[in-house]
Amino acid sequence: MRFRGQSLSRFFIFASIPLAIFTLVLVIPFARGLYFSFTNWDGFTSDTFVGFDNYVKSFGDQAFWGSLVLTLLYVAASLVLVNVVAFGLALLVTIPLRGVNVLRTAFFVPNLIGGVILGLIWQFIFGQAFPRLAESTGIPIFQENWLLDTTTAFWAMVIVTVWQMSGYMMIIYVTALMSVEKDVLEAAFIDGANNAQTLFFIKLPLMAQAFTISLFLTMRNSFMAYDLNLALTNGNPYRTTELISLHVFKEAFGYGNFATGQAQAIIMFVVIAVAALAQVIISKRMEVQR
Amino acid sequence: MKRAKRINWFFFIFASVLAVFYAFPFVLVLINAFKEKRAVLNDPLGLPVEIRWKNFVDAINKMGYWQSLGNSLIVTIISVTAIIITSSMLAYYLARTKNKFSSVTFLVLVASMIVPFQALMIPFVGFFGQRGINFPQNQFTIAFFYVGFGVALSTFLYHGFISNIPYELDEAAAIDGASPFKTFRKIIFPMLGPVTATVAIINALWIWNDFLLPSVVLSDTDQKTLPLKTFVFYGKYTSDYGLAMAGLLLSVIPILIFFFLMQKRIISGISAGAVK
Repeated sequence: MRFRGQSLSRFFIFASIPLAIFTLVLVIPFARGLYFSFTNWDGFTSDTFVGFDNYVKSFGDQAFWGSLVLTLLYVAASLVLVNVVAFGLALLVTIPLRGVNVLRTAFFVPNLIGGVILGLIWQFIFGQAFPRLAESTGIPIFQENWLLDTTTAFWAMVIVTVWQMSGYMMIIYVTALMSVEKDVLEAAFIDGANNAQTLFFIKLPLMAQAFTISLFLTMRNSFMAYDLNLALTNGNPYRTTELISLHVFKEAFGYGNFATGQAQAIIMFVVIAVAALAQVIISKRMEVQR
Repeated sequence: MKRAKRINWFFFIFASVLAVFYAFPFVLVLINAFKEKRAVLNDPLGLPVEIRWKNFVDAINKMGYWQSLGNSLIVTIISVTAIIITSSMLAYYLARTKNKFSSVTFLVLVASMIVPFQALMIPFVGFFGQRGINFPQNQFTIAFFYVGFGVALSTFLYHGFISNIPYELDEAAAIDGASPFKTFRKIIFPMLGPVTATVAIINALWIWNDFLLPSVVLSDTDQKTLPLKTFVFYGKYTSDYGLAMAGLLLSVIPILIFFFLMQKRIISGISAGAVK
């Protein structure tokens, strides 16, 4: 009994305030959002329960499908490219080169800056600098403003994403590459393994955990990407480059469709949850047990 | 040996070219920030013919630079401090209390990390806005929100570390007559230095750069943070790219200074935070 009393007082001292804030800021709005997605909520009042109407409406909406598919493509492209580039960079900056710290810094710095600022910088590059570069060098792919065409605007977003995120993931891979034990590498060397064999059969399996983390982070960040999308294309041309986040935002605050916007946000959450869970389960299976 | 050296030279040149590509966007902003608007349009890639400091003076005035810089600083400092205090205490409680409640709470916290802000954003505005609780718009309110959104990850990071601190330390302190809070403050918290550094850095970078939350919560211009002000400013002055670039450069400089001062800590903080 005395123990129970003490544990209650410990709860009030240490846990009550953080948990109260967490509940108020995260749990309650989430629960309310879930509830509102089943009503005819207009942002202020919700008087009728409408069942799955908002979800049915969302799935019937072509613009929503478009942005969902676009988001999946964007996530897939970023997942592959960010991690391939990041891993390549990590290999490069773990070679004992001169000035390796300067190189690491250069690759990492884009990550320090928020997506909105990066988006604005690249908006200028695609709109002003590249066309000018094409004029003076004759490289045809830069001639048109990439942001004015749906396909090139999509790839513009992917390029900026790779530029932004690869430095961060590089740090994770560098840490993992350097933490492979020296005696394991020596054993491989004595057994006559060449560099490529050491990389593929020794280092890669031992650093599987780093891949799990990087893939998870890349996926999460690109599913939730909003800032870059807003600053770079704002969904243009004609709402064809709207990722799900921006779409939800515009649906609710732009067009005033609060209930459907919320239903779409919940769909987005479910997609992220399923993808994250699947990714973690698959990656965990591939990790080496030691 | 000679061959290995030559290969290293090749990689060095390759890496340097890549690094130039990575730095190119910033260089472009830098050179154009000093140009007159027609000079930017005529030759965005060339070096400025004359250095035009006036762009910076104008940008500082027109975007309310010092005020928004101050707002960002205050919000970041208050929020990070609050996150460190709340999440280290919560993690201490969860790591030291072995019952169903604490394990369920821990699971909920971990699960909450994949909830995107977009899934709460719409009810959030209604709940805390003028028609709901009607929170005052100031730095403390924003910090309150950031604690709510940041506490899960930070608690998770602290939890892993605290679980490795032997329970005997707590017992020894209790026998010496220290209250639970005093045990935490005098014995446990000082041992958490490395995690606290990681938690501070990860949260500071996130909060400093965050756009979506302040953009839906702050409507009062005087309270707006740097990313918000920069975005509005850029939108207004796309006809004068020299000025717009000066604005972008100004909003990038503080975080770069912070990075170069704390480079080692930031890099090790990020790798420590990710491995957990």
